[in-house]
Amino acid sequence: MRYLPLGDGERAEMLEVIGAGTVDELFVDVPAEARLAGPIAGLPMHASEMAVERHMAALAGCNLSAGSVPFFLGAGAYRHHVPASVDHLIQRGEFLTSYTPYQPEIAQGTLQVLFEFQTQVARLFGVDVANASMYDGSTACWEAIAMAGRVTRRAKAVLSGGLHPHYVATAATMARFTGDMLDVGVPQLAAEPDDAALIAAIDGETSCVVVQYPDVLGRIPDLASIAEAAHAQGALLVAVVTEPVALGLIEAPGKLGADIVVGEGQSLGVGLQFGGPYLGLFGCRDKFVRQMPGRLCGETVDAEGRRGFVLTLSTREQHIRREKATSNICTNAGLCALAFSIHMTLLGGEGLARLARIGHDRARAAAARLTRIPGVTVLNSAFVNEFTVILPRDAREVVRELADRQVLGGVSLGRLYPQAGELANGLLVATSECTSAGDIEALATALEGVLA
Amino acid sequence: MNAPNQSGWRPEMGSADAAPSATASGDKALMLEEPLIFELGRPGTCGVDIEAPETDVMPSLARFLRAEAPALPGLSEPEAVRHYTRLSRQNYAIDLGPFPLGSCTMKHNPRLNEKVARMAGFADVHPLAPQQSVQGALGVIAELADWLTALTGMAGVAMSPKAGAHGELCGVLCIKAALEARGETRKVLLVPESAHGTNPATAAFAGFAIENIPATAEGRVDLAALEARLGPDVAGVMITNPNTCGLFERDMKRIADAVHAAGGYVYCDGANFNAIVGKVRPGDLGIDAMHINLHKTFSTPHGGGGPGSGPVVLSAALAPYAPLPFVQRQGDGTMRLVEEEDGAHEAPASFGRMAAFHGQMGMFTRALAYILSHGADGLARVAEDAVLNANYVLRSLENDLDAPFAASGPCMHEALFSDAGLAEGFTTLDVAKGLIDEGFHPMTVYFPLVVHGAMLVEPTETESKAGLDRFIGSLRSVARRARQGDPALKGAPHFAPRRRLDETQAARKPVLAWQGDRAADQVKPKGAG
Amino acid sequence: MPRYYTQDHEWIEVDGASATVGITDYAQSQLGDITFVELPEAGAIVVKGEAPCVVDSVKAASDVYSPASGTVSESNAALADEPELVNTDPESGGWLFRLTLSDPSELTSLMDKAAYDAFVAGL
Repeated sequence: MRYLPLGDGERAEMLEVIGAGTVDELFVDVPAEARLAGPIAGLPMHASEMAVERHMAALAGCNLSAGSVPFFLGAGAYRHHVPASVDHLIQRGEFLTSYTPYQPEIAQGTLQVLFEFQTQVARLFGVDVANASMYDGSTACWEAIAMAGRVTRRAKAVLSGGLHPHYVATAATMARFTGDMLDVGVPQLAAEPDDAALIAAIDGETSCVVVQYPDVLGRIPDLASIAEAAHAQGALLVAVVTEPVALGLIEAPGKLGADIVVGEGQSLGVGLQFGGPYLGLFGCRDKFVRQMPGRLCGETVDAEGRRGFVLTLSTREQHIRREKATSNICTNAGLCALAFSIHMTLLGGEGLARLARIGHDRARAAAARLTRIPGVTVLNSAFVNEFTVILPRDAREVVRELADRQVLGGVSLGRLYPQAGELANGLLVATSECTSAGDIEALATALEGVLA
Repeated sequence: MNAPNQSGWRPEMGSADAAPSATASGDKALMLEEPLIFELGRPGTCGVDIEAPETDVMPSLARFLRAEAPALPGLSEPEAVRHYTRLSRQNYAIDLGPFPLGSCTMKHNPRLNEKVARMAGFADVHPLAPQQSVQGALGVIAELADWLTALTGMAGVAMSPKAGAHGELCGVLCIKAALEARGETRKVLLVPESAHGTNPATAAFAGFAIENIPATAEGRVDLAALEARLGPDVAGVMITNPNTCGLFERDMKRIADAVHAAGGYVYCDGANFNAIVGKVRPGDLGIDAMHINLHKTFSTPHGGGGPGSGPVVLSAALAPYAPLPFVQRQGDGTMRLVEEEDGAHEAPASFGRMAAFHGQMGMFTRALAYILSHGADGLARVAEDAVLNANYVLRSLENDLDAPFAASGPCMHEALFSDAGLAEGFTTLDVAKGLIDEGFHPMTVYFPLVVHGAMLVEPTETESKAGLDRFIGSLRSVARRARQGDPALKGAPHFAPRRRLDETQAARKPVLAWQGDRAADQVKPKGAG
Repeated sequence: MPRYYTQDHEWIEVDGASATVGITDYAQSQLGDITFVELPEAGAIVVKGEAPCVVDSVKAASDVYSPASGTVSESNAALADEPELVNTDPESGGWLFRLTLSDPSELTSLMDKAAYDAFVAGL
């Protein structure tokens, strides 16, 4: 077996040192009736690298990859061009095969990256501090709700109807077991999000208002007015960003009054990967930092006065405070955070603005072309790089028929909201710098064919 | 809080304690210092070529636009590659040598797995693509799920949890949902004192009260104490097996039977599955739920702290409550993803969704490649060699370091030592830092909490005997120095990129983001621009 | 003013119906460098034996149990910027919070200085 260095001679020498006759003697504490006599029946035996690669390639070949066809899917996962240097750098063994930086003297590479990452995220979001990342956007969103509960000592969160339904479902699962209450709005097919209804739902019991920005339909809520209304009731504003590239164009949520900003960081540096691993972004105001979940990296000095970095404020975390910890999270999304940070470093703030601008450019072109199709309208009055179109019939079927024509045309609202019949004709269309004029024309042509 | 960086330190300044750097740059040959990107980069620099837009911003978007671009400097590609490559060299890694962190299972990461995960058919597939276009991706999930249930002897598996602690949460929520379905509200989960911190944190996160179960003198769960505590308010137990003292819980089946008889469920922390994979099936021991850290047992890379992946295998009693979505194999061989749309009638007892999308696919492909490479025979050998290596370390060092449970018999995949016998004023931390100077990553220290000054060594099966002998020789040398009170050890590490870091200052006055450009008294960055 | 001690190494100094609470020098020496103190807010009701306050060091978070019941009148604001006062001056400037006692009779179960010193000597 190519990954196992010990040979039989060495095993025998080691057993002699141990004072055991056979390896099986080392398993003496396992009750005999539970010990397996040999390899589990019915499972394949070991295989060569070539054989495994062939098997996996066959499975990979059964999937329609985004890069191989005109592609317009978004809804919380976005296809961007990841520079080749990003993937090269994250495969350096010193990053790929290192562990959580518990011994900071020999983990300054990871730690400095985390410090840089935290600074990038905080600046992108317009908040004071950000942590070293969470599992993904949806779990970061629940953590923000839980944190707002700790800060305000209230247990009722108001969730905007524009919040991604998977994020709502994740929060609902947790709230059901923790006893928190969620006031969940229903998405309305309107050109603009109903900020007034959201504001009306805030009262003196509200811990936080959770608003996606841009929302799941690609519309842009007025965060400043929601923040003002929340703060007037002693509630926090939690802003959720599923497409961080959009923040190259629209104002940072923290600048508009958001107290906690969370998001999905996959857009930068991390491929689609069928949904994971992604990385949760989590930032907030300084004064809440001791209520934050997750790892934090901080600057300090070593015994010789040289700058260095360590994991800090660890007493918030499970390995120290156990059942009183701010969260049970243990890992972060280290390697994905590295990829995000490298991509962000290559872009810089102005590069990010240009990236957002080009995605918007393609979205405008796509919206203009699609509305020329009879029976197809664009819902949004404003959007960045994702918008909702209303089709003349159920978008779920249309999406499948488009796929039959080798076009991945978008995400149907019926897939996201199977119970909401009034949304069934909605289709989310996302673009990016990867979207070409030819892709837009191919989508429009295929859609014309499907709807004809 | 978040004060501007206090030090204003720059690599060329060298050490502060009257020992100026021997070089003008602050670098020493291959020992390379590296500034922050904020000190290196320039506003407006971009290492990516981006096309110019053809249209203006839509007028209705005008009121939402940012006042200015994010204050983030950029680097050209050569600068960026150099920055991260230089930083990487300040990290220890499994590619450089043994990484014997107990409970963490730092084993070799085969590069085939990286290659496979990057195949376009896996890496470049959208989670909400129509199911007809992702049959291979769903097939990977189903195939891995089959392996995990077969290897554990369990009825089902929830694939979506994103890491071990998330898997624990999944298992605990299944227990909670099962109790709800029985119309019961049991509030207490029993957790051994030797448990990972995630166990009590998870139980509390899910709304349970936690009570500790004591350990016996030989390092195992006190069965009598556990049985005495069982009752109608106890939802179940969370047990780690093999446990965090490196021992197999011999009474696991009796524990499970007692818990079941009292109406509770048994959660097993599967962090240590590497010791028994292919040798024992947890399902045969009466376990109801166990998470599997794919990044431990099945070698998906740790990546400096994640991402992880934590599928949870479930007994027949708990499987109906597993979260959405899940993959179902159809009669015609096609795969179907059961989401909210179908879940309401096909999985009415499911407790719901734990996260967006369907799990850590990039980890599934790597883990499946690892499993297929080893096969049923190779996986059993993994456990055997991991246990053999740990016992070799234990017996080679039991005369040099106190091994509190050495008399309890063979250990499983990790060897536990304590600080007993070290010279006055010398601690486990000193031993760990001494190992750094020897060129090794230290073992897990101060865990489990039930042993004073614990040192938990997990060599894993991918260390050769020669590599182990070198590690043992170094640890023996450091242990002797600590027993003899060698003052040089208190200052270790001497040869690492940094000496001991001031963690007290970091926690008292946290500096969590760079703000050098916002401070009037900041030392002007050199070499930028 | 009388000062009492607990077996959990808190001290309480009583001035009529008011009392000041802190941790002992022995306690701070065991905890190591204090990095942060989580203090109760004024107006909080505390019950003897419950933990309204947490003292953090780098690797530990330790509950501080109230030696008596009452209402918090004030917390030591200086600790926000200088948590190290709990290390350097635990039994004076590093006090934690003040209480208006609800049941002064609870104090009779506590140790005086001599008894506490003997208790620590026996540890």
